[in-house]
Amino acid sequence: MSTGSTNKAIKEFIAEAEEILEKLNLDLCSLSFAEDGVDGAPDTINSLFRGAHSLKGLSGMFGFDDISELSHQLENLLDNLRLGRTDFSSAVSEVLFQSFDMLVLLVSSKGEGKETADQPDIAPVLAKLGNLFDGPAVESDDPLASGSIPSELLNVLTEYEEHRLRDNLKRGRTLLLVRASFSLDTFDQELAALTDLLKQYGELISTLPTSGDISERIGFQLMLGTEAALETVAADIGNDEYIEIVSISGKQAGSTKVEPEPVATAASESAVEEAPSSAVSEVKGKSSSDLSEDGGASLRSISRTVRVDIDKLDHLMNIVGDLVLAKSSIVQLSSQFKGAGEASLVSELHKASRGLERRLDELQGAVMDVRMVPVAQLFEKMTRIVRRVANELGKQIQLEISGSDTELDKLIVEDLTDPLVHIIRNAVDHGVETPQERERLGKPVRAKLELSATQKGNHVVIEVADDGSGIDLGRVKAKGIEKGLIRESDELSREDLLDLLFVPGFSTKDEVSELSGRGVGMDVVKNNISALSGMIELNSEAGRGTTVVITLPITLAIIKALVVTTGDRTYAIPINAVLETLMVEAAEIKTIERREVIELRQSTLPLLHLAEFFGLERKVGRPDRYFVAVVGLAERRMGIVVDGLVGQQDVVIKSLGASLAFVKGVAGAADLGNQQTVLVLDVGGLMSDALRGEGRLSV
Amino acid sequence: MTRKILIAEDSPTMRSLIASAITAEGDYDIIEAANGFEALRVLPRESIDLIITDINMPDINGLELISFLKKDERFRLTPLVIITTEGSERDRERGLALGADAYLVKPFNPDDLQQLVRRFLQ
Repeated sequence: MSTGSTNKAIKEFIAEAEEILEKLNLDLCSLSFAEDGVDGAPDTINSLFRGAHSLKGLSGMFGFDDISELSHQLENLLDNLRLGRTDFSSAVSEVLFQSFDMLVLLVSSKGEGKETADQPDIAPVLAKLGNLFDGPAVESDDPLASGSIPSELLNVLTEYEEHRLRDNLKRGRTLLLVRASFSLDTFDQELAALTDLLKQYGELISTLPTSGDISERIGFQLMLGTEAALETVAADIGNDEYIEIVSISGKQAGSTKVEPEPVATAASESAVEEAPSSAVSEVKGKSSSDLSEDGGASLRSISRTVRVDIDKLDHLMNIVGDLVLAKSSIVQLSSQFKGAGEASLVSELHKASRGLERRLDELQGAVMDVRMVPVAQLFEKMTRIVRRVANELGKQIQLEISGSDTELDKLIVEDLTDPLVHIIRNAVDHGVETPQERERLGKPVRAKLELSATQKGNHVVIEVADDGSGIDLGRVKAKGIEKGLIRESDELSREDLLDLLFVPGFSTKDEVSELSGRGVGMDVVKNNISALSGMIELNSEAGRGTTVVITLPITLAIIKALVVTTGDRTYAIPINAVLETLMVEAAEIKTIERREVIELRQSTLPLLHLAEFFGLERKVGRPDRYFVAVVGLAERRMGIVVDGLVGQQDVVIKSLGASLAFVKGVAGAADLGNQQTVLVLDVGGLMSDALRGEGRLSV
Repeated sequence: MTRKILIAEDSPTMRSLIASAITAEGDYDIIEAANGFEALRVLPRESIDLIITDINMPDINGLELISFLKKDERFRLTPLVIITTEGSERDRERGLALGADAYLVKPFNPDDLQQLVRRFLQ
């Protein structure tokens, strides 16, 4: 190898070694918090073992004998721990930490290219490691010897997995075998979802792929050691013709006899057993020992959950939406009747329509609830992206995630993926400095990236905050001038400058970076967020970092809207953005810096004339008084000036389609139920356009 | 036609070391998989001429992968090499028992790997 490629290879080594060390560190910390040490955390010990194992292999390839030797000894100790040959003690814990610290030292010394003589001495740590080895524990009764578990499954277990299997049996856990088959296109996600679900119930010991009969599908056999009842797990998995679950052993703790179970029985044909929900919850509390008597014998597929195509839910939602509209018409008619006499009939009709309204609200809520998913999965994806990008760029990042259980409409979560990936890449690529640079600046070498979700009323706020270099406003300004977006003489606020970043074609990096670039800018991100009726804001402080705040409605399907008129047009404003409505005398409107504003409770509220924004012609001159809908998203406030307020109504937003997606200030169209279709305002878009000032930037 | 080699290995550095040793030997198409999942996704779509796999991988381990491949008509005859670390004799033996065609011990000598590739692909 030439020196250049050697250097590159060593860099690669260091990057991966550091990643392994980081994982080791996390595992060690969580181990020290685990109440019952190793017994409570087999996964952690195994993860530690795998880390040491990888590091050994890796350093061996590069001829770093000291790292290789130390990780080899560490691996031996961890192997004994995970296979139950050595007991976990505080002495073990201490040596684990010491070995880890030494590995960190060694790896960083390789990065600095120190001479051999300057390398840290590993002998003391090695000696301590050596002192800990016990002889292998004698396996008395081998629970695997009874032959109840198909050899097909046993033969593919690694030594560790075999140990885990034994351990599960010794603890009297039930072994469940889940057979599932998935479409080749989606099997990885579906298998991951199933795996996550199963892990909630116990330890997933192995995952064996099997060839299906149909070539478009792939099968898996997953072995789960659990204390939960077969019914409970089955119920959680739900009714899926491609998933079946059987018990392959359920034995009393301490007993070595494993009840053999017929693995494949005809029971799969009579798959769906009746399981009233009450029965299922009863079973939940049962211990695994009950199972060998009743539960293990049959192959059951008991359903409490159903996987549904989101399109079907959309359809359902549309029907609910139409019902909501139909209800509105009835309510309207009933109030018209009121004026026309027939008091008793009207009162009956009124009662009936109120009843209908309540039930509809419930139905709408229930359907909506089905669409809600936690953002956890989305955040999980981001974790991987942060790790990969940081790795590629040689940056060290600690990702802190909060609010993963916050729920959002499934469709919003999906559409949020791309913008969020872009923002996160930006943060890692442009925001966070290299470790060297951070050290020079006196910052912690490891940068912090926070990803959080919080629900605020009908909105969910997602924040991405880094403690990197922040946005250089001077450069933004220079670039803005160069691109002809602003003039040298313009006095622009921080906000105005930051908003420049959202203008199409604007980018502060002179060279489009391989990662963040690809011709997609923040303007696209902003459009994507606007399409979700959301809003995106940037806060940045030079040297301190950047925070991107995305505010999104919880759902898009049905919303309450304030219906307003201006000129001869009618528009709908999503009510969740409306804070209050005001009536304002024309004389109260002042002009400050070419912007119309009013004073509202000691603060200045900028105004936007809807008619002017959409270029509507006025029939008469300016009226004496206006109606103002005060809207707010995140921290921003603005008044939308209209001629009249019609009232509140449920509306179903329909997209305008791709061909009209460029229309500014409009989120979609809605049917008001009386055959009248109106445009729904995109409050986020309107606000950022209006608050930017002159509209000069809205190219 | 360029022969295709699939490398299933969870360490990216190890993957690239294996890949560079192979490409130094000749013109091969290398397809990398970071775990058993990815290998399973790639296999039905590409016609792979040689599979090189690690044993200790999370979720779907190398043994499970071998067991699957050697039972499937489409992949049964594709030569398969396992790469394991020193000290994993038991896992290596299991791999060979499941039908792996050869093994290599990490840290491996690039010459040995090249020799194996030649043996299976020329």
